[in-house]
Amino acid sequence: MPLLTVSDLRTHFHTRNGIYRAVDGVSFSVERGETLGIVGESGSGKSVTCYSIMGLIPQPPGRIESGSAMFDGIDLLRCSPKVARSIRGKRVSMIFQDPMTSLNPYLRVSEQVIEPLLIHEDITKKEALSRALEMMEAVGINDAARRIHFYPHEFSGGMRQRVMIAMALVTRPELLIADEPTTALDVTVQAQILDLIRRLQRELGMAVIFVTHDLGVVAGLCDKVQVMYGGRVMETADASTLFKSPLHPYTRALQRSIPALQPKGRELFTIPGLPPDVSKPMPGCAFAPRCGFAADKCLASVPELVSVSPGHSHACIRALAGEIGADA
Amino acid sequence: MNTGPRDMPENILELRDVKTHFPIYSGFLVKKRTGSVRAVDGVTLSVAQGEVLGLVGESGCGKSTLARTILQLVPTTGGAVILNGRNLGQATRAEMLRCRRDLQMIFQDPYASLNPRMTVHAALAEPLLVHGICSPAEVGSHVDELMRIVGLAPRFAQKYPHEFSGGQRQRIAIARALALRPKIIIADEPVSALDVSIQAQILNLLSQLCREMNLALVFIAHDLSVVRHISDRVAVMYLGKIVELGPAADVIDRPRHPYTRALVSAIPVPDPAVERSRKRIVLAGDPPSPINPPPGCAFHPRCPYAIARCREAVPPLVPSGPSREAACIRLGELPELSG
Repeated sequence: MPLLTVSDLRTHFHTRNGIYRAVDGVSFSVERGETLGIVGESGSGKSVTCYSIMGLIPQPPGRIESGSAMFDGIDLLRCSPKVARSIRGKRVSMIFQDPMTSLNPYLRVSEQVIEPLLIHEDITKKEALSRALEMMEAVGINDAARRIHFYPHEFSGGMRQRVMIAMALVTRPELLIADEPTTALDVTVQAQILDLIRRLQRELGMAVIFVTHDLGVVAGLCDKVQVMYGGRVMETADASTLFKSPLHPYTRALQRSIPALQPKGRELFTIPGLPPDVSKPMPGCAFAPRCGFAADKCLASVPELVSVSPGHSHACIRALAGEIGADA
Repeated sequence: MNTGPRDMPENILELRDVKTHFPIYSGFLVKKRTGSVRAVDGVTLSVAQGEVLGLVGESGCGKSTLARTILQLVPTTGGAVILNGRNLGQATRAEMLRCRRDLQMIFQDPYASLNPRMTVHAALAEPLLVHGICSPAEVGSHVDELMRIVGLAPRFAQKYPHEFSGGQRQRIAIARALALRPKIIIADEPVSALDVSIQAQILNLLSQLCREMNLALVFIAHDLSVVRHISDRVAVMYLGKIVELGPAADVIDRPRHPYTRALVSAIPVPDPAVERSRKRIVLAGDPPSPINPPPGCAFHPRCPYAIARCREAVPPLVPSGPSREAACIRLGELPELSG
C-alpha cells in the first residue's frame, strides 16, 4: 500500500475577483522510500498541492472542495485537528523555499530544532538537544556544538537551509515534503543540498515529495515525476521514461524550451501565449489554448489521466488516440 | 555558429583593471573607515560590436556591481571604463549624458524596474523626449515601432505595467532599453525571474535583436546553460575577479579553471541517464567574504587542487588555449576532465 495516496484533490480560493481553482482534481501516490518530483511553472498548483496535504491552506479564502489524502490509513484532509497535529511535524514534515522567512529570527536555532521533539516525543530537553546536535552534524554543519546556539541570521543561506532540513528531519519523518528548497540558493550550494537530501533519504528510508520548476534537479533526484499545469496533472512517469519518451505535448514543449537540451545558438522552442488564468473555468484541457496539437475535442471536456504503461500516464486525448507522432 | 570575436569589428566597451570597492565604516560616535568590500577587484575585459558576452558567477561574486560600474551608477575606485574610446570616469556631466544613450540596462525584476504609475506609452516616450530622439509629434509612431520590435501589440500602449505578465513586462523593459538605439545593453539576470517557457521567448528575442541591430550585449546570469546558449564569449567571476574567459561553448564544455569545473559540474543536467552517472565535484562551504578575501588565489580554500603556492600571490589571467584565458597557476598540472 502506498504511504500517501492523494485522490481528486481540489483546492479553490474564493476571492472577490472570483474562484481561483489552484488545484483542480489532482491524484497521485507516493510509496515508502520513494522520491516523487512535482514539476510545473509558477501558478501550476504544485505548492498548493503540498500545502493542502500539510493543512497549511488559509481557510478562508481557501477551501478544499473535494478529495482525500490517505497517509497510512488516515485521511489528512478530514481527520480531527488533534490527529493531524500528531502527524504533522512528526511523521510528515516540510521544508520551504526561503529559509530566512521560515526560521524564527528571535529564537536560537537550538530552540527551533528541538521544538518538534519536545512536542511529539516524551523526551527531556537535554536528550532533545543531543538529538538535535546529532541531526545538525548529519546535515553537515561544522562545529555544530557551538553553532546550534546561534541565531538564524548568523548562518549563510545554504547553512540556513541545512538548519531547516535538520529541523524537519529531527523527528525522523516517513515523508518529507520539499517545496523548492534549492531555488533561492547558488548552484554550488544547491548541489550540496541535493546531495544531502539524497544521502539522508537513503539513511532514514523516508519518502520525499520534491517540488521544483527545474527539470534538471528532478532528473538527478526523483524516481517518479509528475508534470503539473493549470492546477492539473498533465503527465506522470518514472524519471527516465519522462525524459526519454514524454507523451504529453506540454511535457515535450517544456523540454524543448530548456537551453540545456538544445544545440547552441538554435532558436529555442517557445510555447505561445500565457499561462492559464485559473480564475476562469477551463472546460477542456488546461493546455489546449497554447497547444500546437489542440483540436475541437480538446476543449469539450477535461481529459482524464490515463495509464498507458505501468507507471506512465498522461492526460492528452490526442496522444492517447495516437494522433500525435513520436517525432512531432 | 559564433565562436569568438575574431571576425568582429573593434571593441565598443573596454574595461581596464576596473576596481569598485565600497567603504565600511564602524564606530559609535566617530565613524571610522575600517575596511572595504572589494566587490569588483581588477577586471579587464572587452566587448566587440555585436558581441554577446556572458558573465557568470555565484551571488556575491560582483557581477551586478560590475554592471553598475560599467553604467557609472556606482563610482569606480580604480581603473578605466572606456566606451567607444571615451573614458567614462573622466567624462563631464554633459558628455556622460550623451554616452548614456549608447549604454542601456535591463534589470532582473521587471516588476520593480518599471514605474507602476506610468503607462507603457509614457515609459517608452520619456527617453525619446529627454534625449530629443524625435519630435513630440512623432513619439506615437516611435513607441508603436518599439513595441512591435519586442513583440507587443501597439494597442496595449495605454496599459499600466501591472496589467502585463512577467514576460511581457520584461519585453517592455527591453523596448525601453532599445528606445535610444544604444550600441550596448547590459542585462542583469534578465530571465532569472521568468518561467521556463517565458524565458525561452525572451532569450530568442534578445539574440534576434543583437543579430539584427548589431547590438553588443553583456548578459549576466547565474544559469550556465542559458549563458552558453546566448553568448559568444563567457567570463566567469569569483570574488570580484575574472577567473576564466573564452568562447562560451568551449569554456562550459571544457572548463579549465577549477572553479569553472566545479560550477559546471554543479548544474543539474535534465537527463536522468547522464545526471546519475556523471562524477560531480561538490564544493565545500560558501564563497568567502569580499571584505577579507583569502590571500593569493581567492578560490584556494575551496579548491580541490590547491597547494601552498596558491596562497602566495594572486594568479593573473594567462592564455590557456585558443582565445582562452584562465587565472590558475596549476593549469598545466590539473588532471584532464573526463566525462
